[in-house]
Amino acid sequence: MNANIPNKVKTDIDGDKDNEIEKHDVDLPELEKDIANKLTDKFDTKIKVIFIKKNRIKVDTNKNNILEIAKFINQNLKFDHVESVSGVDYPDQNEIEVVYHLGSYDPSISNQILALSTRTIRETTPHPGFDRTRLPSLRDIFYSVEFHERECFEMLGVYFENHPDNRRLLLPEDWADLPPLRKDFKIKGR
Amino acid sequence: MVLKLPPGIKLEKEDDKIMTLNVGPQHPGSGHMRIIVKIDGDYIVSCDPDPGYVHRGEEKMAEYRNYITNIPHLERPVIHDSCNILYPYCLGVEEILGIEVPERAKYVRVIASELNRCVYTLYWLAIYGIFLGHSTMFMWPAGDRELLIDLLEKLSGARVTHAYFVPGGVRNDMPANFEDVCLRQINYFEKRIKQYDSIFYSNPILKSRTINTGVLGKKDAIRLGSTGSVLRASGVDFDIRKKEPYDVYDNLDFQTNVLKSGDSYARSKLPWLDMLESCRIIRNALEKIPKSGSVRVKLKPNPKAGNVETYKRVESGRGSLGMHIISNGKPEPYRVKISVGSFRNLICLPYLLKGEKLGNMPSVYWSLNYWPVEADR
Repeated sequence: MNANIPNKVKTDIDGDKDNEIEKHDVDLPELEKDIANKLTDKFDTKIKVIFIKKNRIKVDTNKNNILEIAKFINQNLKFDHVESVSGVDYPDQNEIEVVYHLGSYDPSISNQILALSTRTIRETTPHPGFDRTRLPSLRDIFYSVEFHERECFEMLGVYFENHPDNRRLLLPEDWADLPPLRKDFKIKGR
Repeated sequence: MVLKLPPGIKLEKEDDKIMTLNVGPQHPGSGHMRIIVKIDGDYIVSCDPDPGYVHRGEEKMAEYRNYITNIPHLERPVIHDSCNILYPYCLGVEEILGIEVPERAKYVRVIASELNRCVYTLYWLAIYGIFLGHSTMFMWPAGDRELLIDLLEKLSGARVTHAYFVPGGVRNDMPANFEDVCLRQINYFEKRIKQYDSIFYSNPILKSRTINTGVLGKKDAIRLGSTGSVLRASGVDFDIRKKEPYDVYDNLDFQTNVLKSGDSYARSKLPWLDMLESCRIIRNALEKIPKSGSVRVKLKPNPKAGNVETYKRVESGRGSLGMHIISNGKPEPYRVKISVGSFRNLICLPYLLKGEKLGNMPSVYWSLNYWPVEADR
């Protein structure tokens, strides 16, 4: 059962690089490990556990599997809403990462946040909605994702397929510049 | 004569029963946002919220400043609740830099954030009152708010934009006689806000306008991912101060308020009940606070974290407020994502207004505890 995740890990917070803080073993919390094990048992290599901390789990997956995994998380693991959807631009790796922070109002796991991340191709000259920067929308599984995905589309140019409403939300309707949260969009004067 | 229209523009037909109405963004009744409502007679057929008129790009600005210089501008989205919006940022930066906050600072933070929650709630309550035509309810909270603003001014030096929380503690210690003054003011304040019940919440006109309007059931509140007072007014017992206690909330004695009806009345009453609970928390914290000790861990100039990320959340005046901070080893954060309760509750608005009378729109809209500036960031 617990084959994939060891009981002890090295702490990854090393603070300042000038002062070598002693790395020590910490015990992984039980509930979090149990949730991560359920995911790795079911999906095996389709899913990669990035970290397990107190009350926080992050798993990474390919965009082809995300619908299947999100459905499993919603139906079997009782995560019922999305807290935040953050898009992160990585121009060096030519990728854009989208992290869904899923939460639950079920009393047994209401302190947990499961971060589900996936990546898509980043185009150097973006044409939002028409280029290859696309991901499947999770709106049919988590209804609360609707406005978050609209925001992510305008801010990073990630088009969500099957989203019913891909209009602008916060930016002006006539915005014609790069999506503003991409790293190559520079603030004037900085 | 045939009128030639530009492509994409259609005239409404004369026999169309449906009328489109823009509420805002200049109209004070909508805050800094536009609500496009389609009405059939007096009933709302559909509603499309259009935020973004006060979008300031806080997330982008945070990528250009280091962890300390980010403090004053990150509180701007909601200046009436500035302690609570800086709370998750400070918790997150402390986690990625590996700082342990002194015990006394944790209590000072709890006191400041509860005072700030009351300040925000009173401001919101004043607006809620005036848009329902109850001008006494505008005057009373606006006056009582001054008491708490004076307290926060004594504590931090500024009336509204405090910038009081810093990674590593709080900016300065409490002044010498603060505990006595705070206790006295809070006792008076609690007595004072109990009177709101007889003038506002027992008012038959308010009841007739809010009871059974905009009902959000328990299942829908969970499905729509609502948070804060909207969620708790629909019967879901979820408060981050209880479920995932940060700083010293697990040592303090308080309870979570939950109402079952899920209508505008419950949503407007719940923040008021929370204020009474905040008074309890502040009194309890004043009893338990260590009498002396440091309140701040000094950081080195331009502190750097490793390749780590963190997601921290706190219970603000409008519900869960989370910050996702990603560091890549530089003095500036690589990405700061602010997830706010107002933005999350906005999705409830089209759902609640459908089929409602147009006259009930202010009571439903303002009961969502929505703050447009915070939602736009």
